[in-house]
Amino acid sequence: MVDTTYVFLQHYWWFIISLLGALLVFLLFVQGGQTLIYTIGKTEMERTMIVNALGRKWEFTFTTLVTFGGAFFASFPLFYSTSFGGAYWVWMAILFCFVIQAVSYEYRSKPNNFLGHKTYEIFLFINGLLGTVLLGTAVATFFTGSQFSMAKINLTNINNPVISSWETPWHGLEAALNLHNISLGLAVFFLARVLALLYFMNHINHPDILARSRKQLLYNAIPFLVFFLTFVIWLFVREGFAVNPTTGDVFMQKHKYLLNLIQMPIVLVLFLGGVVLVLWGILKSLLQPYTKGIWFTGIGTVLAVLSLFLIAGYNNTAYYPSTFNLQHSLTIFNSSSSKFTLTVMSIVSLLIPFVVAYIWYAWKSINIKKIDEEEMKNETHVY
Amino acid sequence: MEHFDLSLVNWSRAQFALTAMYHWVFVPLTLGLAFIIAFMETLYYKTGDEEWKRITKFWMTLFGINFAIGVATGIILEFEFGTNWSNYSWFVGDIFGAPLAIEGIMAFFMESTFIAVMFFGWNKVSKKFHLISTWLVAIGANLSALWILVANAWMQYPAGMFFNPDTARNEMHNFWEVLFSPIAINKFLHTVSSGYVLAALFVVGISAWYLLKGRNVLLAKRSIIIASVFGLITSVFLALTGDGSAYQVAQKQPMKLAAMEGLYEGKEGAPLIVVGALTPGKEYNDGKDPYLFRIQIPKLLSFLGYRSGDAFVPGVKDIIEGGYNYTDKDGNQKVALSAEQKIERGRIAIQALADYKNAKEKGDTIGMAYNRKLLDENFEYFGYGYLNDPKSIIPNVPLTFYSFHIMVGLGFLFIAFFILMLYLIYLRGFLINKWLLRLSILMIPLAYIASQAGWIVAEVGRQPWVIQDVLPTVAAVSRIDSSAVQVTFFLFFIIFTTLLIAELRIMFTQIKKGPKEGGN
Ligand code: HDD
Ligand code: HEM
Ligand code: HEM
Repeated sequence: MVDTTYVFLQHYWWFIISLLGALLVFLLFVQGGQTLIYTIGKTEMERTMIVNALGRKWEFTFTTLVTFGGAFFASFPLFYSTSFGGAYWVWMAILFCFVIQAVSYEYRSKPNNFLGHKTYEIFLFINGLLGTVLLGTAVATFFTGSQFSMAKINLTNINNPVISSWETPWHGLEAALNLHNISLGLAVFFLARVLALLYFMNHINHPDILARSRKQLLYNAIPFLVFFLTFVIWLFVREGFAVNPTTGDVFMQKHKYLLNLIQMPIVLVLFLGGVVLVLWGILKSLLQPYTKGIWFTGIGTVLAVLSLFLIAGYNNTAYYPSTFNLQHSLTIFNSSSSKFTLTVMSIVSLLIPFVVAYIWYAWKSINIKKIDEEEMKNETHVY
Repeated sequence: MEHFDLSLVNWSRAQFALTAMYHWVFVPLTLGLAFIIAFMETLYYKTGDEEWKRITKFWMTLFGINFAIGVATGIILEFEFGTNWSNYSWFVGDIFGAPLAIEGIMAFFMESTFIAVMFFGWNKVSKKFHLISTWLVAIGANLSALWILVANAWMQYPAGMFFNPDTARNEMHNFWEVLFSPIAINKFLHTVSSGYVLAALFVVGISAWYLLKGRNVLLAKRSIIIASVFGLITSVFLALTGDGSAYQVAQKQPMKLAAMEGLYEGKEGAPLIVVGALTPGKEYNDGKDPYLFRIQIPKLLSFLGYRSGDAFVPGVKDIIEGGYNYTDKDGNQKVALSAEQKIERGRIAIQALADYKNAKEKGDTIGMAYNRKLLDENFEYFGYGYLNDPKSIIPNVPLTFYSFHIMVGLGFLFIAFFILMLYLIYLRGFLINKWLLRLSILMIPLAYIASQAGWIVAEVGRQPWVIQDVLPTVAAVSRIDSSAVQVTFFLFFIIFTTLLIAELRIMFTQIKKGPKEGGN
């Protein structure tokens, strides 16, 4: 007796999580840009323009991260408790990177800001470098697995009722020692920089910034491609964590993730389409005096990341695998909230298009013009 | 047999307390100042007077400085539920996660989008659109408060849920009960209004400083008037909703009420302590007088807690020893169990869950039905099963007691202050009244103290529970080394303190600088 509505809701929420994750990766262009302030901005004015171009968007990325966390908590609480409580150090490191970012824009150029201009720029740099690499690394564990155990029955052990435990003292740091994880971390980092460069080209009206961004685009697109291809090829040849739909048992299956793509042709199309758009945006911006590349590469990023998340969770796959004991792996079925909660939240999620619409409208009305020197001199709220 | 690592529990509590208290330094100002700014901008919109625009923009700058660090401290809290209270996150994520997710979708995006318009839109969007954006920022901020407070209220009084033994956790069955629980409503109203009062005192205090220096007189005068009116209305409302909160505490968390009042031995017609000092080192059953001295109002506690001057209010000792009569939430007369009996019933519930799982594995349907019934009958006391010592259900009484009295005392002081201020405004004497202006500055730190004290009452007073009667802190933590939590505790401490210093210096500098555009 499979409850099809429940199964649908679990898939629906995995889709929402995947979409939020994909949007987050795209919005990491803010982080990427933070590592390029001095590479692209050679004068104080240029740097001011760059920081302001990024500064008006940072909250967006931040809020998406917060919502991604909240939505994950609500829809798949067992993931929340297993991963956050176990891979403690990785998540804490990510959090620190974001805490120092949040104040940096507002405080950087304010008089008497205690730490000095430079420190806030270093904060932004750390956030841009570590934030992206660590997030990418953490997401890669969806495919490579982690060493944790999980047993709900522990709750009845009154002296030690903890359900999920990490089975290595590294508490998440071990993820950063796995080359496959790192390849995704670095791919995300360089992707974020590529996106940032395309964003500068599109959003700042300044010939030198444009020229430098174009040059840097090449230098960042190449490592991005190398690391991305490493990750993807590796992913497609490796064994994956498959679930037996009738018994719920988890077992290793050859080429599981490649099979997932082939067995879900829509996802395959999303993935290929995404990759093509990413490349198209980059190439067109490199070869022509073209400034709209961000749209192609941005949308492509969302599609490609979305499809990666989908092959981690759909088609009888364990999205958060345990290498300690396969049977403890998390699937969208054994880790989700109840049907009732998912239903309530699905109703709330109907607001999302409305939210997207007002965000779109509000940004459109204040972004009619590109950032230029004139505006930086006249605007009362500059970072 | 492994045992709880108490040091882990305590460090986790300390870390949560630290980060929450830092967050709460910045949040109340956001909640209130957003509205005050919106009023000011509305006046600008209506009158077209450029001075109002200057005033609006001045307070907006301070708002921005405060907001950034509020956001920085908030993200930690959200993820701490997972990192430090992971068992809790699974056990109640079904109910607790939903408000957090809704908060992100509904409130945070609204706030962050329109903040961008508010700050960068002055020369780009129409006056009307700008005004609407400012109002939406205020509404968005208060919506964020709503959802997180619903979540918190649910922890004080878990409504709208049931325990599902198949998944071994609590599941929501009625969203409206969670959202509209009386605790949630009171908590929301009381907490946001505390933010309004704090912001009103902030605006009055800073304006008073300008008046003392003889600077920005027009800005200061106008700001004081707006903020004082807003402050008087909201501080009266604050006292009313505070009374509502106390009533709810009496019904749902009698131990917290006993701690708030230092009441060890319950009585009929219990008095309310106005001012008092507690006897140090008091044990709940040593028969010593709990107070070194006190000034009290007869029967008022019974009246406030149960709306009847002669009602019986149980004290700490009664709650531990049981045996008194009370009315439960369905209106039935009952005799209270002792803490020991509750612990026993909790153990039965936990064992029944284990046996249920066992029976299920074996396909023993009779065993399943039997244990399920046993579990349901005893679930009310589930969390007690993790406790060993009846005394562990007593929170820190002095901390709760003094915090409560400081908050309430200051609450009445603020009402008196706003009345006085408005009276002098009416007499036009406030500009020259130096001591009043100095007093106004002093009110700013007092507002922060009252506000922090309120949370200490709410959170320390409910110890040892994370979820009242269902989950104690010892059963809610993650399994990590306490040394790891110590490290992050100190890292947070250092970073937040550094950022706080930066924030304060920037804030003071901006205040000294005053509004832009050739101040008067
Ligand atoms: C400016 C701050 C401020 C002031 C002057 C007051 N409060 Fe308060 N109070 C809060 C700020 C606050 C708060 C920070 O917002 C709390 C913490 C948790 C909560 O729900 O609100 C709170 C909690 C809180 C609680 C505990 C609620 C719970 O445990 O869930 C009670 C019983 C009261 N308050 C009662 C009062 C009364 C009778 C006041 C008399 C005027 C009062 N408060 C003034
Ligand atoms: C921002 C205002 C808040 C402040 C200042 C605050 C303060 C505190 C303090 C002082 C403690 C430590 C109590 C102790 O261990 O003795 C604590 C614990 C805790 N609070 Fe809060 N709190 C706030 C809001 C919240 C909210 C809104 C929630 C939930 C939605 C929450 C959840 C918790 C949890 C889970 C703990 C740890 C477990 C416990 O000790 O009970 N807090 N908080
Ligand atoms: C302990 C539980 C809490 C958690 C997990 C939490 C979480 C957060 C997060 C993640 C943010 C940043 C949002 C962004 O990206 O814009 C934030 C900001 C905010 N939170 Fe909290 N919060 C807690 C307690 C509270 C309480 C008790 C209130 C109000 C009553 C509150 C009101 C706000 C407001 C108004 C903001 C906007 C930023 C600011 O002005 O500080 N939060 N919170």
